[in-house]
Formats: sequence, C-alpha cells, structure tokens
Amino acid sequence: MSVLELANVTKRYRVRGAGELLALDDVSLTLSSGRTIALVGQSGSGKSTIAKIVTQLETPTSGSVLLDGEPIPRRGAGLRAYRQRVRMVFQDPYASLNPYHSIRHHLERPLLLHRVVPRAEVDEEVLRLLDRVRLSRDLVDRHPHELSGGQRQRIAIARALASRPALLVADEPVSMLDVSIRLGVLSLLADLQRESGLGVLYITHDLATARHFSDEIMVLNRGVVVEHGPADDVILRPQHEYTRRLRDASPDPDARFAGRGLARAERSPR
Amino acid sequence: MTATGITDATPALAVRGRASFREGFAMFRNAKSITGLVIIGVFAVLAVVGPWIAPYDPDATDLDHRNEAPTLAHLLGTTHMGQDVLSQIIVGTRGVMVVGFLAGVIATLIAVIIGVTAGYVGGGRSEALSAFTNVFLVVPGLPLIIIVASQFDDPNILLISAVLAITGWAWGARVLRAQTMSLRNRDFIQAARVNGEPLWRIIAVEMLPNLMAVIASSFVGTVTAAILAQTTLAFVGVTPISDWNWGTILFWAQSNNAFPDKWWWYLPAGLCIALVGMALSLINFGIDEYVNPRLRSAGDRVRALRRKGIRVSAEGATIVRR
Amino acid sequence: MRLFLRRAAFYLFTAWAAITINFFLPRMMKGDPITAYLARNQGKVSPDAIQSLQILFGLDNPKPIWQQYVEYWGLLLRGDLGISLSKGLAPVSQVIADALPWTLGLVGVATVISFFLGTGIGTLIGWRRGSRADAVVPVATFFSTIPYFWIGLIIIALFSTTLKWFPASHAFSRELTPALSWPFVGDVVYHAVLPAFTIVLTSLGGWILGMRNMMITVLDEDYITVAQAKGLSPRRVMVGYAARNAVLPQLSSFALSLGFIVGGTLIMEMIFSYPGLGLRLFEATLAKDYPLMQGMFLVITLSVLVANILADVAHAILDPRTRQEAA
Repeated sequence: MSVLELANVTKRYRVRGAGELLALDDVSLTLSSGRTIALVGQSGSGKSTIAKIVTQLETPTSGSVLLDGEPIPRRGAGLRAYRQRVRMVFQDPYASLNPYHSIRHHLERPLLLHRVVPRAEVDEEVLRLLDRVRLSRDLVDRHPHELSGGQRQRIAIARALASRPALLVADEPVSMLDVSIRLGVLSLLADLQRESGLGVLYITHDLATARHFSDEIMVLNRGVVVEHGPADDVILRPQHEYTRRLRDASPDPDARFAGRGLARAERSPR
Repeated sequence: MTATGITDATPALAVRGRASFREGFAMFRNAKSITGLVIIGVFAVLAVVGPWIAPYDPDATDLDHRNEAPTLAHLLGTTHMGQDVLSQIIVGTRGVMVVGFLAGVIATLIAVIIGVTAGYVGGGRSEALSAFTNVFLVVPGLPLIIIVASQFDDPNILLISAVLAITGWAWGARVLRAQTMSLRNRDFIQAARVNGEPLWRIIAVEMLPNLMAVIASSFVGTVTAAILAQTTLAFVGVTPISDWNWGTILFWAQSNNAFPDKWWWYLPAGLCIALVGMALSLINFGIDEYVNPRLRSAGDRVRALRRKGIRVSAEGATIVRR
Repeated sequence: MRLFLRRAAFYLFTAWAAITINFFLPRMMKGDPITAYLARNQGKVSPDAIQSLQILFGLDNPKPIWQQYVEYWGLLLRGDLGISLSKGLAPVSQVIADALPWTLGLVGVATVISFFLGTGIGTLIGWRRGSRADAVVPVATFFSTIPYFWIGLIIIALFSTTLKWFPASHAFSRELTPALSWPFVGDVVYHAVLPAFTIVLTSLGGWILGMRNMMITVLDEDYITVAQAKGLSPRRVMVGYAARNAVLPQLSSFALSLGFIVGGTLIMEMIFSYPGLGLRLFEATLAKDYPLMQGMFLVITLSVLVANILADVAHAILDPRTRQEAA
C-alpha cells in the first residue's frame, strides 16, 4: 500500500525574455494504490508539469511531495528506490523509445537497474512482460520503427511495469494513437491496474475516458484545481463553470444534430 | 505505420537483428561511402607496408639519373638528386595518414567530451563551455600552428597531431552541443531518467548512438583539415623535412624549380592529397545522405521516371508527369 | 533585447580571451630574440619603443604580472603594438596597415565572387536535380579538396611561366608607384587575376555543394509545392521561395569565411609573393620577429571575431524566426 501526496505544490518556470510562467498554483492531490485518479484539462493547464514533478523530472518551486508520509528522496539509493516504485508511460509512442535500441534493451534496463529478478532470469522476464501487455514474443528483438503506434505504447507500458511499481503516471497514453485502438490500450491499462493493485494517475484531456476508467477526477485549469471529486459526480453534476464548459465541448452526436444542421442540409442540397 | 510528430532527422535504421554494433555502421552502406572507404583503405594499407614495398629508399640519391621523366626503372621519374619519386610518395603516405587520423581522433574525442557535456547540462555551465569553445573557433588555426610548431626544433608526430587537434576540435564541439541539446528533451531520454539510469549511461548508451552520424561526419572533416594543414606545413618548411610526407616532396620540388617542366615530380603528390581528400568527402556525403534521406533520393525519382519513358517537367521541384 | 545582450557578452568574453591568450603567448615561447636584438642595436631604438616592447613581451620586467597585463591593455587601446624588428623598426601597426588592404582587397573580392557564383550554381543544380547537372557534384567535390598550394603552383606554371598570360607574383609592377590612377589600378588588377582565380577555383566547390544540399532539403517542403500549384513561374519559385530559404545557412558560412580571409590566405600570398598579411606573418615567423607576429595574430583573431558577429547579425536580420525568439 503506497500513498503519494502533493501538498500545496507550486511550480514557476522562468521563460527567456518573457518573465515567469506559473504552471501550477497551490495544487494538492493524493494518489494511493488500487485507485485511479484522472487529471483532466486542456493544453497548458499544467497536467504534464504534475507528471514531471511526480516522476522527479522537475522539482516544485514550493510545497512538498510526500511518499507514505515522508518527503521523497532526491538522491542516491533513496531516489533509486523511488524510481522503482513510481513509473511513467509517456504520451508520444514515437518519441519515448530510443530508435537505436531493441525492444529487449528497453525492457531489460529497468529489470537490471532495479534488480527485479536474478540476472539469469532477465531474458525470461522480458518475454513475460511482453505476454502481460498482450504482444507477441517475436517482437523482442525488433526495433521501435518496426512497430505500430499501438504496439509501441504497449511496450512503453511494459517498460513502466517492469520494475513492479506501486504507482503509475500515464501522461495522455492514448492521445497520439488511432481512435480505433485507444480503447484496447486503455482496457489493458485498467486490467493491469487491477492485477497489480497499482495506483494510477491518468492524465488526459478526454472527459469520456476519464469517467470510464477512473475513481476520481481532478479538473485543472491554468495551473489551478477547479474541481475534484468522484468520477460520476464531476461528470454528471459539475460544480465549476470550467468543468461544465469542458463537458459541453465533448461532441454528442444525438444532441448536436437533432433537428438542426444535418437535417437542414438534407432539405437544401447545393 | 505513419510517423506522426517526428520533427528531427534521426534516421530509421533499416537493419534488423541484434548486433547494435553492426547497425551503427549502416551509415556507411551506400555507394558513396563505400567508394570513399575503399580508397582510404588502399592508402591505409600503403601507410602500413609502405617502407617495405617501396622500390627504392626515398633518401637514396642517384646522381646518374637526375631529373628523369618516368621510365620503367623509376615509374614516377626522379628528383634533382636522382631520388625515386614513387618511393617518396609511397613512404610519405604513412606520415600523412598517421598524423591525419591521430589528429582526427584526438580532436573528435575532445569535441565529444566538451560538446555533449555542454549540450546535456544546460544552463550556465553549458554557456560557459560554449564560450570556451568559441575562443578556439575564433583563434586562427594555421597561423597558430605555424607559430607553435616553429618553437620546436624537431616536433614528433604526436606533437604535430596534438597541435592540429587543438586548433580543430572547436567546430565539432559546437555542432555536437546543438545536437545534444535537441536530443536531451526527447521523450526517450526523459524515460531513461525516469528509469533511474545513471548519467554516464544516459550519455554513453542512450545519446551517443543517436549522435553517431554527427560524430562520424565531424571526424571525417577533421581528418581532412588535418591532412591539408599538415601537408601545407611541410610545404612551407615548418615541420622537419627529414620526415617524408607528400608536403615535403612538394617542398623540395618547389625549391628546385620543378615547376612547370618536371611534372612527374609535383603532380603525383598533389593528386594524392586531392584523392585522399576526395575519398574523405565521399564518406561524408554518404553520411549526409544517410542522415538526410531527402538527399539520398534527390533525382532518383526523376531518373526512374525518365527510364520508364515518361518525360519529366524540367522545372525541378515537383515531379510532374507530362 | 535580452538575447542581444547575451550575445554581446558572449563576444566580449571571446575578445577578452583572445587578447589574453595573445598576452601570454610570447611569454611562453622559448628564446628571447628581442632582448638579444635590443642588446645589439641599443642606439637605434628609442626608449619609448623599448618600454613598449617590455610591456608587450614582459622582457626583463620586474613588475608583477598583473601590472604588466594592465599596461598591455593600455598599449593596445592606444593602438601601439610595438615595433617590428625585421621591418626596419617600423611600428607594427603601420606594417599591418600597409599589408591589410592588399589582403582584404584581393581575397575579399575573390571570396565574394566565389560565394555568389557558387550559390547561384548550387541553386540551379539543386533545382534541376536528377538531370545532367548532377555531374557537377563530383567535379566540385574534387576541386574543393585539392590542396591550395598545389593548384596555385600549377596555375602559375601553366598560365604564367608557359603561356605568359599573367604575372606570377607581387601586387603590382615594380616600376610603377602606388597611386590612384587608372594605369596603376589596371596593373593591380592584372596582377590579381591569377591569385583570385586560384582562390575562386578552390572555394567554389564548397559553396556549390552547400547550396545544393540546402536547396534539395528545402524543395521537399510543402510550401514549395503550394507555390507551384498557385501557378507561379518556376523561376519565381526557385528564387523567391526555395533559394530565399536555402541561402540562410550559406550566409552564416559566408560571414564566417570573411573572418578566415585574413588568416587563411597565407599560402596564397606565399606562392604569389602577394604583399598581404599572410605573407608578412610568415616572414615574421621565419625572422622570429615577435612583435610583428603577435600584432598580426591579434589582428587576425579580432577580424574572425568581428566576422562571427556579422554572421550572427545577418542571420538575425534575415531569419524572421530568430527575430521572434528575441522579441
């Protein structure tokens, strides 16, 4: 059972020639094993910044990050242990794998770095990881450019799970995939989460999948949390104006074309 | 599979299989590179076996056969002292190749260490390294080499190579810094950090292979410059004239009025330098085409269509079927 | 504005570093011919000159190194680079000033010709890729790797000694006195033809290849296709759209090459006995004339620096993207 907590985190970036950018303003969230929190917001809302802070790719300007009640270690063996427990799936399947190395390399590295299994079992564990993400074992010696976007993203998920983490950050894991395969990848994530009891921070701009796959939803607008609650409550009974606008912006075919638009076009062909 | 969102020129390695070592050399697999490599290979072999296969001792004088045009006994004729020009060329290969490649290796090593570090660390330290690199870019190479070399009475090969390297590493470092900076923000590097990879592994294992094309190109360029600089130094008389290299041959030719009549004396040396330079440029072209696939196929489509009998619009840019 | 300040600071640092290297260079070199020279020629050198030399080279100088350094800067800012030991005790600044116009004139003009010619040819070749124009590429490559001194000597042998079309050395005939008259200018041009031709021949290849590669890369961009689809004439697309974008990196290279004019023409001037900076530097090295060597080295380094700055400025002006970043 692991609990990651962001308490009053603020992040400011200094931009060359344009002063400062306030990416996050007093954001607090709690991520625990077994639960999925969705982080929803448009581009520039600060979602990726939270991902970077959780994975220690950035440090907060103020506020604290706690794991199981303790400030997270930022160096040495403590940092190494943190990285084993908190992992990330990146957004762009075409950029998150090193074009030079084989799939085997990508999956081996976390196994070796965190000594997940004895040296002799590493090869077998790599193949087992491929099984878990429902990919053929043949792919192990291929290179990223030989795989499709969906396959690459599954590799990215396998890589994240290799170290047997407690918490997973999924930064818009399906935004860059074809719509037809998104559900497959998200379902895989959901299954894996259930199997391993992971805590997942699911970052997305898509309200529909947020509702479908998570227990809680947090809505972020320009670095500020505007709404936070159980998934169904946030979607069906949004409190904040911004949340309502987000929800209304999602296209709903039944509502949009009833008696309007399409019907009118049928009546007056050009 | 479509490559959405790729904005850089990191090439897709079209080779399957496990040996990453082999893959790293895919850039040498096109016709241009291979031609260049073969030519360099020939000279490299000459550099090694030269002194053994040369028909005469390059220093040996033969006062009975002075200033002779090429004959069967002396395939490239003789000098004003009856020395065999062909032997001088063959023996001189070693001096040129060794210094060239040694200087190239040292310079590229420095360029990689400084350039990649500067690119990765970012911020103030990177700017400082960049300023340091800039100083070496600005200081003029040839005058500095001449001044430094003239300080020593008998500079050995290592010293000459070192001096050439010190004046030549800056350009590569600058390019590498820019490439590394763009590479550093790529997701797969971030993923390596999240993995917990130590810094040295991120640079050596994750970044360097993606920088291979730039490093190779920089190395080839440095070797070319070093060879040209070294032969120039020898020609000018700054480096000791007791070591044979192609520049020394030209030094003697010039001092003894070989121009214009005794073509056998001065033409071969210059042609050899040009040939080696050309081979190195070909290798560089090959690397360029590998990195920038557009150069590779430039004109291929047009030629292919023409072969099929389709007349192609002469106006260049867009291939239009007429 | 901030970008500009940072670049300015960058260049100031480089300039300072180059000057400081120049300060230490003679102090690290072995041998002290200056003291020997001064000892031999005590009556002929004025006390002021001796003092300048001391400051510049640290001879017999009991003052602490910091003080020497400060005095060195003082001398430089006054334009006093010492006196030349091998050129009849003339001030170094004068020797340099005499030689500079020859170098800048000849090599500057040759480089400009080479740049425009090469860029033009490269544009055409890039535009007509796949046609017979591609044959120029290996030729250009070959010429760009020929050692300069070799081709220079051959050209002299051919055009001067054998055909006797052009003079083989010097900037002007010995009989004429330098004056701004037509006969003199004509004579200068006459003497400049062979050296300039050699420079153009060896540097043309580089410009052609660079522009061709950039053209090919640019021609694959979608905006070129749009321009053609709009119905613009091929010439207009080639010049106004393709070349305009492809030429940007070329211009940076051009500005940088201007800097190397001053330092890189040593060989040409040696072969053609052209009285420019390169030849003077070489003579100074042979004669161990340290004051002259040091002065020239400084001048060369600073010109490269200035050229670098010009390249940056040109790039910023011509590339709207950099303007935006700086804004």
